[in-house]
Amino acid sequence: MSFHPQMPYGTPAWHKSERKLPDEGPAFEFTAEQKAKFDEIVTRYPADRRRSALLPALYLVQEQQGHITGNAIAYVAGLIGCSRADVEDVVSYYVMFFTQPVGKYVLGVCRTLGCALNGAGRVTEELCRHLHIAPNETDATGTFTVMEMECLGACDRGPVIMVNNEHWHECQRPEDVPQLLEGLRERGLAALSGCHLKKE
Amino acid sequence: MRLPEPVLTTHVNEPFSYTLENYLKWGGYAAMKKALAMTPGQIIDEVKASGLRGRGGAGFPTGMKWSFVPKDIPKPKYLCVNADESEPGTFKDHVLMERNPHLLFEGCVIACRSIGAKTAYIYIRGEFYHVQKQMEAELQKAYAAGYLGRNICGTGEDCDIHIHRGAGAYEAGEESALLESLEGKRAQPRLRPPFPAVVGLYGSPTIINNVETICNVPPIIERGAAWFQGIGPEKNQGPKLFCVSGHVKRPGVFETSMDVTLRELIYDFCGGIRDGHELKAIIPGGSSTNVLTPASLDAQASFDGLVKAGSMLGSAAMMVMDETTDMVWLAENLTHFYKHESCGKCTPCREGSDWMHKILQKILRGEGAMKDLDLLLSIANNIGGKTLCPFGDAEIAPVVSTLQHFRAEYEHYIREGRSLVPRADWMPRTLVPAHAH
Ligand SMILES: Cc1cc2nc3c(=O)[nH]c(=O)nc-3n(C[C@H](O)[C@H](O)[C@H](O)COP(=O)(O)O)c2cc1C
Ligand code: SF4
Ligand code: FES
Repeated sequence: MSFHPQMPYGTPAWHKSERKLPDEGPAFEFTAEQKAKFDEIVTRYPADRRRSALLPALYLVQEQQGHITGNAIAYVAGLIGCSRADVEDVVSYYVMFFTQPVGKYVLGVCRTLGCALNGAGRVTEELCRHLHIAPNETDATGTFTVMEMECLGACDRGPVIMVNNEHWHECQRPEDVPQLLEGLRERGLAALSGCHLKKE
Repeated sequence: MRLPEPVLTTHVNEPFSYTLENYLKWGGYAAMKKALAMTPGQIIDEVKASGLRGRGGAGFPTGMKWSFVPKDIPKPKYLCVNADESEPGTFKDHVLMERNPHLLFEGCVIACRSIGAKTAYIYIRGEFYHVQKQMEAELQKAYAAGYLGRNICGTGEDCDIHIHRGAGAYEAGEESALLESLEGKRAQPRLRPPFPAVVGLYGSPTIINNVETICNVPPIIERGAAWFQGIGPEKNQGPKLFCVSGHVKRPGVFETSMDVTLRELIYDFCGGIRDGHELKAIIPGGSSTNVLTPASLDAQASFDGLVKAGSMLGSAAMMVMDETTDMVWLAENLTHFYKHESCGKCTPCREGSDWMHKILQKILRGEGAMKDLDLLLSIANNIGGKTLCPFGDAEIAPVVSTLQHFRAEYEHYIREGRSLVPRADWMPRTLVPAHAH
């Protein structure tokens, strides 16, 4: 028997967990190329510290299939030699890992003060208006996902947009949003400004 | 003495300034060669004598930190370079890594020698992948030329540098959380003591330094501690990068010494406030530092000068606001950042940031009550100094300091249900509830 006082377990108020596990997805394995990259990365850390290669491994998954699925998590856990929960723990913590399918171009608009003072909020608004979506959604054609990011580290050239976690676009004015979308559709990543310090 | 000419950013505006060829042409890797002929103790003494203080935020003396590494432990030792640069308003390490990466590599080799490490990890934020790719290419060139790897320049010294990519977490910049992240875990801080200098990465002695801190080491070795001592005010010596953003005419990164004032940074270096507007508020050291008013314009932008002015130098990230800025909205914007980035390990920070954000949103919607202001301060009081890492103190700075200096704006929202400041053209039309009307 229990001496514990009766608690309101089972009421909706006690079930606030937002923990959502990624879908299992199709069977997953690294391609030979990704596996070779992983094998090189592992050598950068002491032999008994393979777990240090976890973040790099998850980037390789994302490079291969766009987002991280349950099967990929299980596969990576096997490669690293840790539990599946260990990998889930990490995937759910870092914002640059996607657990949902995303558009061809993921536009991460900085929303923090430096960019906001220069109109970043308006940029997000205009992007969403033209794509008929809300922030953190993908448009109907699957081309664009708009996300709000926190300070990207280039506040002197705001509003800054990070595209697909690796490309850089600066000084985006709200009124030029149509040009940006048009440019990406037609010319792809060449439409982006890159980093302002590139003098070459 | 004011810094006569840039030291860390001398060539950053020239094409291909990041290449090994140009770095060598401009005298690069000479300091490393000099340091490899010195004993580790001599290097540490030189850095100690220079008075170099960490550029990552806390301003801790670098030489002293290095001397905490135990010498008689058989374990390997590590250097971790903190290139997470996520403090809102900061973009100086970005410039150094993009335009002058070999200075960082050279500094790493010297620092490694002084603490007896053979491996350095540069933990770079995931968002800087465009910089990382270029750095990796340069790293390979340095290896091929014998400046890194085995038997560097024939001296018998070994040093490996690896670049490790983060994945979008502000908290990974906190030194012990950085180590956790590097070990493939969530970026959540560790309990101290033991301090990383004794038990750090993989349980081994580890030194964690900011990019700019490490970049200051080669010039100190090359030109000597006395040269470094001669620049800027006492206890705040050496070249310093300042990041200025917001409503100024020419935002950017400026290298000078810490005898500069906020006024000089805004009006001389940045050309003043954008046309037709006037200064309203300054955040002097990144979002984690207290907001100041124009009354503090003549404060010295140094570690000690800004403490005297009631704020902090932090990462030397100045954000400048003109009169179109709604300060309640500003507090909400930054509290959103902290709510989003809290690692969740301790309750006051995790819950408190969310509560403060909810209250600020309520005020912005025009539904606030006067007692909410006391509640905000009471929550802040229960976070400050009561958390596992300094993030807790950081997250209350925007709320407490805007309430201190701009309380009238909060009260106007509560009394009138709307902002005292008309909506600026840069403000979103729909995403900020208060400005919908
Ligand atoms: C929440 C938090 C975030 C931090 N972020 C950074 C960062 O992005 N870059 C950095 O160099 N230091 C950061 N720091 C400071 C580091 O913990 C550490 O003090 C610094 O890297 C030490 O280097 P230094 O002695 O060279 O300044 C942060 C600290 C805290 C509490
Ligand atoms: S203060 Fe915040 S960020 Fe730091 S350990 Fe606690 S919850 Fe994490
Ligand atoms: S605030 Fe947007 S890059 Fe820093």
